[in-house]
Amino acid sequence: MGAPAQPITGTSVASRDAFGEAIVRLGETHKELVVLDADLSESTRSKKFSQKYPERFFQMGIAESNMVSVAAGLALSGHVPFCCSFGAFLTGRFDQIRMSVCYSAASVRLVGSHCGVGIGEDGYSQMGLEDIALMRTLPTMAVIQPADDLETAGAVEYLLGHKGPAYLRTTRQKLDRVNNPDGYKFQFGKGVTVVDGTDLTIVASGGTVGPAVNAAKQLAGEGVKARVINIHTIKPIDVDLLVKAARETKRILTVEDHQTTGGLGGAVCEALADKEPVRIYRHGLHDVFGESGTPKGLYEHFKLDAAGIASVAKEFLAK
Amino acid sequence: MLDNATLETLRRRSYDLRIDNLTAITAGESGHPGGTLSAMDIMQTLFFVEMSHRPKEPHWPDRDRFVLSKGHAVPALYTVLAHAGYFSRDLLPTLRHLGSPLQGHPANFLLPSMEASTGSLGQGFSIAIGMALGVRLDGRKSRVYAMIGDGESEEGQIWEAAMSAPKYKLDNLCVILDHNKGQIDGYVKDVMDIEPIADKWRAFNWNVLTIDGHDYQQIADAFAKARDTKGKPTFIIAETVKGKGVSFMENKIGWHGVAPTKEQLAQAVAELQKAQAALSSKGAA
Repeated sequence: MGAPAQPITGTSVASRDAFGEAIVRLGETHKELVVLDADLSESTRSKKFSQKYPERFFQMGIAESNMVSVAAGLALSGHVPFCCSFGAFLTGRFDQIRMSVCYSAASVRLVGSHCGVGIGEDGYSQMGLEDIALMRTLPTMAVIQPADDLETAGAVEYLLGHKGPAYLRTTRQKLDRVNNPDGYKFQFGKGVTVVDGTDLTIVASGGTVGPAVNAAKQLAGEGVKARVINIHTIKPIDVDLLVKAARETKRILTVEDHQTTGGLGGAVCEALADKEPVRIYRHGLHDVFGESGTPKGLYEHFKLDAAGIASVAKEFLAK
Repeated sequence: MLDNATLETLRRRSYDLRIDNLTAITAGESGHPGGTLSAMDIMQTLFFVEMSHRPKEPHWPDRDRFVLSKGHAVPALYTVLAHAGYFSRDLLPTLRHLGSPLQGHPANFLLPSMEASTGSLGQGFSIAIGMALGVRLDGRKSRVYAMIGDGESEEGQIWEAAMSAPKYKLDNLCVILDHNKGQIDGYVKDVMDIEPIADKWRAFNWNVLTIDGHDYQQIADAFAKARDTKGKPTFIIAETVKGKGVSFMENKIGWHGVAPTKEQLAQAVAELQKAQAALSSKGAA
């Protein structure tokens, strides 16, 4: 069968930009929404919020540990803080997130931008590449990685009311829209089947969803019917959808701009291990550092672009 | 100024608190006698004199808040809260037992009167800053108190926090240093000297006060001065004695994190009761 891929509409927006727009829009009516940043408001896109609502924006300087714990205090006094920095720097404050946020039951929304090799030239030090793995281990922490502007806006709006801490992973690079804007609604914890198929399932998240959809198109041309599932909520993950895909397609290929240890691939393996153990190949960064380069060049190098994903899929199917 | 009757009550209760605290630590078979006894008089003053709070409504939105950043001193806080009416004193000996809300270090989701979960040093202070910003944003008159340790002052996050509170002119924030001069591995001056501590906090633009942390009048006066200080947060250096009140524990590093035996507890209780009785006869005279 292999239903055709949903059309990518041509809209392309970085999820950090969609985040920045969403907090400005929602801040108008949601007075409980406060934002903190650590000297990266230009890059995380919290700057517009800081200009429009200066009394609800806290510039904490280059001191992320203090910022995370201050955000916890704001949450514990009834506010809804979005705490922003690069994903690498934010999740680097693991102890503060573990203790001040999670163990203190503080509903802080940690927003880590500049995730993955997709940031390009700045290189490994600025790339969030272990952040999903770190955040996933923490009790009560939710992990969301939107694939396009619609999902990002939907996730931010959802997070206003979410009980408990959450990590929102955003990108510097533009993301092709993969959702249909007509009546779009973000459903926390629900995976989205973007392309139907029966030969294997490609499970992608965030920046790799667009390339995975294009890879599926390329594979279709070669007679391979690949299903594509977009997992925007990595924790809690949509176990039912994954089990269904495992039963129906027998093979799962996970694709992520993150270490293959503990990230999306890890989450999918854990979800299926005792429910529907099938062949899974985890594609992403295999225990290596990212490096400087153009975003496009890096996606090619790490085979995260459509051609790369298609080639990895074919190799996997041949095994 | 505290009146004589109040002072008398505080002093008398200070012995009961110390006895209950050490009894709980002994029952828990682990805990921190030294740093609970040094902090006890400050905590009693907070909950019995200074703070506006409701024991039967721990989440009252307009309450003043106290964050124990040096989380290992929590048996002292549990004891003060029990005496203040938050929960029964019978709960105290469940300290550190499986299933008890009285965790070895504070867990706010298990015990509503804990404002935050602490125990990884350096963080409670920052959480208190967030609360001070939060209540001010809501236009509440609430004040926020935090207690840090002198060993804790070696944490980098303390100085990130020290920089940030004056930036936001948090005059609703008061931080108390339990300056008992000891930590697990030895005296603070040997492990990692933090002096000159008052100069450091003044340089960070805080209103700095130094007091005897076992003198109820001085403690209460300092809190009053903090309330009257506008435009900047207050930092109270409370000179304290680790293990205060029990002769064989005072200023002994070894009593940082070891529970007394039953025999040692009996000896400590006898000493404290004797001192309390002496206070009564003096008071009556």
